[in-house]
Amino acid sequence: MRIGLVLRAAMVALLLALVLRPGWFEPVFAPLAPAGGPVIYTRSSLLSLSLSHLWLVAAASSLATLVAVTLAILVTRPAGAAFRPLSRTITNVGQTFPPVAVLALAVPVLGFGAGPTLVALFLYGLLPIFENAMTGLSTLPPHTMEAARGIGLNNRQRLMRVELPLALPVILAGIRLSVVIALGTATIGSTVAARTLGEVIIAGLLTNNTAFVLQGGLIVGLFAVLIYDALVMLEHRLARRSGRAQRG
Amino acid sequence: MTGSSDLRGRSPDLRARAARLPLSPPGILFAALGVLALALPFLSLAANRIVAGEGVSAFASAGVPTVAVAIACIAAGLALGLVRGAPWMRLGGSLLGLAGLVLLLSQGATTLLDGAGDFARVSPAAGFWCLALALMLLMADALSTMGLGPWRRGGLLVLLLAALAAVLWSGLLGDLSIAQEYRGRIAAFRTATWRHVGLAFGSLAAAAAIGFPLGILCHRRPGLRGSVLPVLSFLQTIPSLAMFGLMIPLLGWVGSTVPGARELGIAGIGFAPAFVALVLYSLLPVVANTVAGLAAAPASALEASRGMGMTAMQRLVRVELPLGMPVILAGLRIVLVQNVGLAVIAGLIGGGGYGTFVFQGLNQTATDLILLGALPTVLMALVSAIVMDILVDLARPTPERSR
Repeated sequence: MRIGLVLRAAMVALLLALVLRPGWFEPVFAPLAPAGGPVIYTRSSLLSLSLSHLWLVAAASSLATLVAVTLAILVTRPAGAAFRPLSRTITNVGQTFPPVAVLALAVPVLGFGAGPTLVALFLYGLLPIFENAMTGLSTLPPHTMEAARGIGLNNRQRLMRVELPLALPVILAGIRLSVVIALGTATIGSTVAARTLGEVIIAGLLTNNTAFVLQGGLIVGLFAVLIYDALVMLEHRLARRSGRAQRG
Repeated sequence: MTGSSDLRGRSPDLRARAARLPLSPPGILFAALGVLALALPFLSLAANRIVAGEGVSAFASAGVPTVAVAIACIAAGLALGLVRGAPWMRLGGSLLGLAGLVLLLSQGATTLLDGAGDFARVSPAAGFWCLALALMLLMADALSTMGLGPWRRGGLLVLLLAALAAVLWSGLLGDLSIAQEYRGRIAAFRTATWRHVGLAFGSLAAAAAIGFPLGILCHRRPGLRGSVLPVLSFLQTIPSLAMFGLMIPLLGWVGSTVPGARELGIAGIGFAPAFVALVLYSLLPVVANTVAGLAAAPASALEASRGMGMTAMQRLVRVELPLGMPVILAGLRIVLVQNVGLAVIAGLIGGGGYGTFVFQGLNQTATDLILLGALPTVLMALVSAIVMDILVDLARPTPERSR
């Protein structure tokens, strides 16, 4: 536990330094850059690229959460039962679609820039959240549901006060999955001219500058690992509170 | 058997209301989507490869008799999909609709290209994709309510793939722009296909070769499990482009310092870094599912095998592995589908595969080149997923399949 804490603090410090003070790392990356070439990416500030990257992921993921949870609620009501086999098939089949292919296919429809990336992240992010929300809402302990009905809660109250809070840890696991995928896919979004940290890696790949590749890769990797870790901790806390073992 | 069984046990009032409605609610959704799609441009005609095309409605894309037959097929297909509780009829409807769609696409492309200039290109537009989506959703919905066994699903998959191959080989779609892109790159396409298969399946094999022993070790030693699984899930979190990028300096260094490595083809660019990155991504599902699969053997079965005097090795091979096989195969399914998709990124670091076409197409804003890379990738991922699902089902000792 103690070691984990130190490790996390060190990773946060390293990430902040890489993003805010990239100049400090010049001696470290210098041997990797081509002779006479630039060592530190300066074409745009790493901070603004990071913020734009995180904004894309946050916007797509929150939109996906809203839509996916709403759909999962509709499908788990008696009136939506006819759509349940279909929605299960769509989530199964949809998740076999490679995220990169979704991104590439969005370009002909939406053109280049942040738009197609946002749409691709949103569409792909829907599936894990929907799947987990549906699992969470359809596997509630029957005794609890019986008790909720017994104390006279109506459908809406049962949903808001019992079903959603109990399903929350499972839903959150889906959100975590989709955020991690979105962070990775957003990186590739820079090939369709979205402003993300992938720009640094791509610039390195195009000019054979390993220093850029390593710099961009480290920042994106640290962001992904830290965000994943934070969401796992949040999940554990919620799962403990709702007395339900977390899954996935 | 379809909707009504879901409603069993719910309020009698609702069941009665549902029984009165003879239509399938998803079918209504697909039909509405289909009707809407007919209002969108069906094909797009462009003067050359790069400029944006002009939309052509489905009704104006070919001669009147062809259009009438094709639209009748599509409409009849969607109408059959409305019938509730008759999944075979709905499946037939989706196939009929798809046949009409292919007819209109093929005849429309030929008609539009006629006299449109040497460089003219015809590609499917939004209307086509929406209709295809509606019909495929119909097929998926019909299949999911049928609950077919693994052998029948396999047979159906073979039939559908054969139909797809027949359509592609017959040259029916040869006038489409994507087919023209293909004809200009037949050799490159073949190389890319083999490279993509090599990356996806080769990394699966390597991950299995490393992951199975590691998973068995982790199963035996809980202490090892506690340190291996977090490291592997850490690797899984790293975004793919970063991972591929980080492999380049690493393997470049290995290639230039370790004697003999360069002769084996290990270098900072090309196949090796892509392959290693894919293997690293694959380890978590393989190891985690092997551990979970081995742990799934019931205590009574283990007790019995111990009582029979089996050694630890015999227990593993004859009891734990067979019982855990469905879970282990499910891990391989995750890996295979994931790697088929991730192998696209190899195109960015000179690793080959379908990604080459995707990123070339993105650079040249050539939509059809993007499709030439993306569609086979999606198909490969889908077929792998379906085949692996069938294998998982076959490995599961179900009561229906008593041996």
